[in-house]
Amino acid sequence: MTDAHNPDVTIDSRDASCPGPLMDLIGKVKGLGSGTVVELQTTERNSTTDVPEWLEKAGHDLVEIEERDEYWSIFLEVN
Amino acid sequence: MHRIAIVGGGTGGTVLANRLASELQTEIETDEVEVRLITADPNHVYKPTFLYVPFGKKTVDDAKRPIEELVDRRVTLMTDEVIGVDTDQNRLSFADRTTSLHYDQLVLATGATLEPEAVPGLAEGGHHFYGLAGAERLRDELADFTEGHLVLSVVGVPHMCPAAPVEFTLMVDAWLRERDRREDVEITYTYPINRVHGLESVADWATDLFEKRDIGLETFFNVDEVDPDAEVIETVEGTELEYDLLVAIPSHRGSDLVTDAGLGEDGWVDVDRHTLEATAAKSVYAIGDVADVPASKAGSVVHYEAGVVADRIASRARGETPTATYDGKTVCFLEAGMDEATFIEFEYGEEPYVREPSNPLHWAKLGYNESYWLTASFGPKLAEVSNSDIAFASGLMAILGIVSVVYR
Ligand SMILES: Cc1cc2nc3c(=O)[nH]c(=O)nc-3n(C[C@H](O)[C@H](O)[C@H](O)COP(=O)(O)OP(=O)(O)OC[C@H]3O[C@@H](n4cnc5c(N)ncnc54)[C@H](O)[C@@H]3O)c2cc1C
Repeated sequence: MTDAHNPDVTIDSRDASCPGPLMDLIGKVKGLGSGTVVELQTTERNSTTDVPEWLEKAGHDLVEIEERDEYWSIFLEVN
Repeated sequence: MHRIAIVGGGTGGTVLANRLASELQTEIETDEVEVRLITADPNHVYKPTFLYVPFGKKTVDDAKRPIEELVDRRVTLMTDEVIGVDTDQNRLSFADRTTSLHYDQLVLATGATLEPEAVPGLAEGGHHFYGLAGAERLRDELADFTEGHLVLSVVGVPHMCPAAPVEFTLMVDAWLRERDRREDVEITYTYPINRVHGLESVADWATDLFEKRDIGLETFFNVDEVDPDAEVIETVEGTELEYDLLVAIPSHRGSDLVTDAGLGEDGWVDVDRHTLEATAAKSVYAIGDVADVPASKAGSVVHYEAGVVADRIASRARGETPTATYDGKTVCFLEAGMDEATFIEFEYGEEPYVREPSNPLHWAKLGYNESYWLTASFGPKLAEVSNSDIAFASGLMAILGIVSVVYR
């Protein structure tokens, strides 16, 4: 079972403006093996829609989006 | 003596050096202050000219001038490559000199570096117009390109001039139409995210125009590999796209100098977006493409940043508290074909309004590019006026006669 709260990789893209967080994610995912759980931290609201859309297109799984005090954590699993 | 060192004689470094020469004129003449510009290339290169080279409207020589012709005589000009920044000792080291140089205030304006080699096969399979040699090669390729699939692919974000790939696509469409070749050429534009440009208003505007002009679109298109023999692009998302002529905007990185000095990752300097001061070191600023701010990597941005940093540095050199700040101001002309253009301006966090393209704005863009040589060499006053607003763009119409001669 995927444990969203223990990600293998955390990408801190807080304060990066759109499309920075998505581009950070795409850049990192390229080098990650299947099954890796990633947490993307973002302060950009658009990421909460753009990232799931990209995950679907690229065939990775969205696990969960958690709203924190000042940012969002988007958890995903690489396929 | 208070020593100010500027590294990089591109748009930012040159405008800044000239501006400081005029702001600190008295202090320089009485040997209280030195303004030194250190640059690797004896030529100053004005990159917006490259956009016109593939279409034979400009040559690569039009984009270059010896830097010494542009720099105020009060600036100490040094042609060398800086290979190390020691931010503890405030010293610079050089490729061709054994002595190091002390600075009291340092500005990094080293620009961005293209890295086509970051994607396998791209250097062999793709063309680009982001450098002198690339633009010239693409001109030859385009001149002989009569039919097939032309793909304009934005491989890396961020890149210099976010508008240029859209402009090139609209220009190549118009250029092929003028030559009655458009029916035999399919054009596709690709972009890494789910729209055709980072700014939503520009994306909406361009998407509409692409549709009207029968230009194909692929979004969420992140190039993983190019097979130059099979002429196929493969993406991270699993898409395959065949091409006959690939024009690709390669990914960019900053400078090793920056990473080695601990000033930022990927070679971009971490700075405060308003003061442009490095977060990891004292008395160090970064302007232009090398600065990691949420603004475009564009000439207009570095022009404004240079003005702000000149004020801050001059204040510090005089022992005053600096107050000037940068608010993200960006102005940008966008070609919408071979004879019409539009214009946008915005600040941090703002969405620009895209005006209806017109022929006067096309001439204004060309006029602005020509007047650049004056703004770079004579420094602040003209630079401010020429960047200020759309009114100036219209004013440039007055010199339309001169410009039409320059625009072959
Ligand atoms: C095709 C194209 C079209 C463009 N069109 C537009 C446009 O229409 N409008 C617009 O606003 N912007 C445009 N731009 C973007 C604009 O050209 C850049 O944003 C601008 O040049 C950035 O200025 P800079 O001073 O940061 O860097 P640059 O102008 O690139 O200058 C960097 C300088 O640093 C020097 N240097 C680098 N490393 C070292 C070192 N270690 N030691 C010493 N010297 C060093 C280099 O030799 C160079 O002289 C365009 C860019 C391209 C590629």
